[in-house]
Amino acid sequence: MANTKSKAKTGRQRSEFLWGWLFILPTTIGLVVLNIIPIFQTIYQSFFKTGDFGKGNIFVGLSNYEKVFGDKEVWQALINTLKYAIVEVPFSIAIALVLAVLLNRKMKGRSVYRTIIFLPMVAAPAAVAMVWRWLFNSDFGLINNVFKVHVNWVSSPQIAVFSVAVIGVWSIIGYNMVLFLSGLQEIPRDYYEAAEIDGATGVNAFFHITIPLLSPTLFFVLVTRVIGALQVFDLIYMVIDKSNPALSKTQSLVYLFYKYSFVNKNMGYGSTIVVLLLAITMIITVFQMIGQKKWVFYN
Amino acid sequence: MEGMEARKRMMNVLIHGILIIVSITMLVPFLWMVLTAFKSVTEATSVNPFTIFPKVWRMEAFTAVIDNMNFLLLYKNTLLLIFFRVLFAVLTATMAGYAFGRLTFPGRNLAFSLVLFQMMVPVQIFIIPQYLMVSKMHMLNTIFALVFPGMVTAFGTFLLKQGYMSLPRDLEEAARLDGCNIGQTFLYIMAPLTRSSMVALGIFTAVFAFKDLMWPMIVNTDKEMLVLSSALAKMQGQYVAKFPELMAASLLACIPMIIIYVIFQKQFIEGIATSGGKL
Repeated sequence: MANTKSKAKTGRQRSEFLWGWLFILPTTIGLVVLNIIPIFQTIYQSFFKTGDFGKGNIFVGLSNYEKVFGDKEVWQALINTLKYAIVEVPFSIAIALVLAVLLNRKMKGRSVYRTIIFLPMVAAPAAVAMVWRWLFNSDFGLINNVFKVHVNWVSSPQIAVFSVAVIGVWSIIGYNMVLFLSGLQEIPRDYYEAAEIDGATGVNAFFHITIPLLSPTLFFVLVTRVIGALQVFDLIYMVIDKSNPALSKTQSLVYLFYKYSFVNKNMGYGSTIVVLLLAITMIITVFQMIGQKKWVFYN
Repeated sequence: MEGMEARKRMMNVLIHGILIIVSITMLVPFLWMVLTAFKSVTEATSVNPFTIFPKVWRMEAFTAVIDNMNFLLLYKNTLLLIFFRVLFAVLTATMAGYAFGRLTFPGRNLAFSLVLFQMMVPVQIFIIPQYLMVSKMHMLNTIFALVFPGMVTAFGTFLLKQGYMSLPRDLEEAARLDGCNIGQTFLYIMAPLTRSSMVALGIFTAVFAFKDLMWPMIVNTDKEMLVLSSALAKMQGQYVAKFPELMAASLLACIPMIIIYVIFQKQFIEGIATSGGKL
């Protein structure tokens, strides 16, 4: 009796093993070939210099890294990326949060508002960037003509990166809002009812109930938005021309990565820049993970 | 009591006011895209007086970009990119998600750590080696090149695993007692139950395949193999001051996805919410 039971068990185990590996094989092979090996190849590539017609790959040791740390263009690109993130992340989260709270009730037009606010999410960034560039046009643009100003929104080195960040905020609010709305729906109504009895309504309830109970969602959106903002490329590439005087003050790290790897064909230096981006992303994410203990509540 | 009612009404007006202002902000760029696309260059760039609506709704900008850009081909390439990305993502993630979520076997945790690891690193770190692979296979400027990095999906695998884990445990037990092997249990019982996760992943994959710019720009440079986003990037340099044509092209690029979105808005929003929120 015991014998047949254990036999059945090993049979079951063997079949789970075979089916399990059969099912995960495509994904596992794909991940190894498309992602895991490329990570090491990129790191390896960062010790080489490529390009210079006919010379192929030349081992240069750490000199790409020495160059990166002394490269003013790279440091400026890092500053530009951080400036972009510092505008995009907090504004897109704060506005989306307020909208989600306003929409988290039975009201007329709820789904119409939600549909409209989410709309930018389904538009291609290439098209979005072209329209905003046209809206921002200093001579003929809607914004300058309606508000009767003459601001060089996207060609002034001081403000161009912030103008691009405004486009980023506009594009992503709907996405954040939808995530917050689904987080808010998990908060039981009784919490608010209990708070109302204690006299906490409106703003008070927002800070004492909504924020703490939504904090896991808030944290998730914050981490993913920071990572996304650090990788900004499409909007900058589309809005800022190669001849734009604001280019050096707007180009992001990923923009430089693209330029070095695929325009200048120096994949070694491009790899070094992306390894730098990896390091920065990881450092910031680790800090956020440590910081979450102070404000994120899981029940 | 009457004061309470009045205050409540005031609040309601205020809330709708805020939502209407935000909605207008979201719509204005799209409206301006449409209005400019139907203008002539002179009308689009007239400042004194500044014109909002075109006096005559002209189709010239549309005919010009359709003549020059071969939109049918762009739609076809974009559609194929989306179709194969969605197909591969849903297929591989459905299988892997089941094994990771419901089966126990040696090597599972190690393999799953690859999934988690992939999700934590910036995607740009894969791009140069992926490009070199496609290039060595002599597959640049093909539909295959467009689809290549999306053949498997760590994110989708994670999403589907969560979907399977939320199903009740006794389902498989019952199937096993009815004589189903693991493959049959998966195919006939478990996989159909995760349809909502599959739809969510499909929508998510489709939207991001449609929006992707850098990868199509790198691998497909031939005019015949561009997709909507990379074609827009290419045309921008050539049509510097032809604003109506730039807007007409943007509109043509966006309109199919917008129409699909408006029809399936509920699925879109829920799909994005579940896939984004599950992580």
